[in-house]
Amino acid sequence: MEDVSRVMKQAGVRDILQILEQDARTTPEQIAERTGLSKRRVNRLVRELERIGAIRKYKAVVNWERTEGERVYAFIEVRVTPERGRGFDAVAERILRFPEVHSLYLMSGAYDLHVVAEGANMREVALFVAEKLATIEGVQSTTTHFVLRRYKVDGDVLEQPERAERLPVSM
Amino acid sequence: MTKEGEIISQRVRALPPSPIRRFFDLVESMPDAISLSVGEPDFVTPWHIREAAIYSLERGQTHYTPNRGTRELRQEISSYLARRFGLEYDPETEILVTLGVSEGLDLACRALLDPGDRIVFPEPCYVAYRPCASLAGAAPVGIATTMEQGFKVTPEQVRAAGLGLAASQPSPGGGWARGRPSAALRACPECHEGAGRTPRRAALAKRRPPLDSARGGPSDRGKGDPEPACPERSRRVEGPLPGRGVTAAKALLLGYPSNPTGVALSAQEMAALAAVAQELDLLVIADELYAELRYDAAPISFAAAPGMRERTVLLSGFSKALAMTGWRLGYACGPAHIIDAMTKIHGYTALCAPVTAQRAAAEGMRRAEREVEQMLAEYGRRRRVVMSRLRKMGLPCFEPQGAFYAFPSIVSTGMTSQEFAERLLVEQKVAVVPGDAFGECGAGHIRICYATGISLLEEALERMARWARLR
Repeated sequence: MEDVSRVMKQAGVRDILQILEQDARTTPEQIAERTGLSKRRVNRLVRELERIGAIRKYKAVVNWERTEGERVYAFIEVRVTPERGRGFDAVAERILRFPEVHSLYLMSGAYDLHVVAEGANMREVALFVAEKLATIEGVQSTTTHFVLRRYKVDGDVLEQPERAERLPVSM
Repeated sequence: MTKEGEIISQRVRALPPSPIRRFFDLVESMPDAISLSVGEPDFVTPWHIREAAIYSLERGQTHYTPNRGTRELRQEISSYLARRFGLEYDPETEILVTLGVSEGLDLACRALLDPGDRIVFPEPCYVAYRPCASLAGAAPVGIATTMEQGFKVTPEQVRAAGLGLAASQPSPGGGWARGRPSAALRACPECHEGAGRTPRRAALAKRRPPLDSARGGPSDRGKGDPEPACPERSRRVEGPLPGRGVTAAKALLLGYPSNPTGVALSAQEMAALAAVAQELDLLVIADELYAELRYDAAPISFAAAPGMRERTVLLSGFSKALAMTGWRLGYACGPAHIIDAMTKIHGYTALCAPVTAQRAAAEGMRRAEREVEQMLAEYGRRRRVVMSRLRKMGLPCFEPQGAFYAFPSIVSTGMTSQEFAERLLVEQKVAVVPGDAFGECGAGHIRICYATGISLLEEALERMARWARLR
């Protein structure tokens, strides 16, 4: 953790993270120009941010509804019997290895694990729940909710409403 | 029937036409041009502010508010100014909610200036300063500032212009206090006299009540004592006053951080100007709409400079910092008797600011610090990009410390501002505003607004650079 705070204390790192979070394809030249740092410095800071895990990877936000391919998501509430000595982690680690699992969270409240599963169609997801997830030792019950439409994902609104125009010239 | 041209009042006829009318039409005809010629944020008003407006409509809040604005909003403005600038304004008597700073400026001019009164202000400046003063019948006097002096008006320049020293006398600061020859003419649009005439100072003592003068303020003056047809004429005395070409000015209008230059003043620079304002007994109208948009320095207010609170009308608003331009909401703060006078006019001409906008702004003042910070960080990055590209293009530019404008010199291209802007638009589809729109001394410059998405901004600057290389 000392390493993390050392990296995060350096001038410009928060700027770099904000810029890359908005657009991961921003080039080091562009970042340098926007932050006033040198390109070399930007490259070094980005490498350090990658090393400490502050930047995990760079990927595109895909709106599958705008493609020919279909993609189905389900939110699954999972109730679990915690394992002695390891709590929920053991079951969670078994679940997260499945490629169908898009995200996985430990929750407070009425159930324990929140699984976001994805598949090519509903049948695929349903089969995953019935054959893989529900049969894992320690899993007491599952409740599956299929996503009907995605409006906003990880801070990105997928279908932007029409933007109001500004006057082209104003003083 | 009166001839068509004569229907319009002389005062309005005397107003110059918009300097960018032709340019505006040209931009309008090119919908795919990238516009760096806007004067407002590209951000949409933060959602929680818009949502507060919707909620107020749902609750049926659709009625008039008090002339001064809702108590809720005035209270928020008061605590914001205290928190942010260390300024104390009584929400009951010293704050007026206006229709943007635009109305605030008009009210201040009309409440404080009599026909013929001189009001001085540094140029280049926002396009409304001169017309607002003229509409109040006053004599606007621009003080030309240059890029070499960082577009910051010097105390010497203010002193020279304030005393009405002639244009030919260079100020020790190196700049010029320009007593525009047309100023005297504009001083009295009613009678169109004035060129070559020297307005007088005879009525100076009379027309300037002490700042703590009776309630009712400026508008009460002259009651029961009918104004002559041309008040200007009545003030005439023989011969110029010793050492003074024209009357001393009554007011100083300051617009920092500046639209169009992006220049902001430091606390020391403000204190130096404040000293001159005190020395010459000038009222100060401080347009601080861009106060929140400061880079590398905390926001400050001229009203907080030594001795300034009692002689300053502070104008500000929500448009730029909270991205609320279309809501048309601002505020004026100052000594109670001045705010009373402004409220009197406002009550008759506008009644009150729109209630929905006031509800929204109150929400914004309570909870928008994070959004303001994010927008400011983004503007800061864009500013660096603009400055770096201008440097590479070899266009000298004073580094802007505030607002979202850069005002580079394009003299080296051999073109005038108008030519530069038109050719850049036609040949590269990038729109910028010719600098002389903001005063004659803006000639040779262009205003670039960087309140545009960063990739579009980079593209526009890239086109500009390519064009500069080709030429």
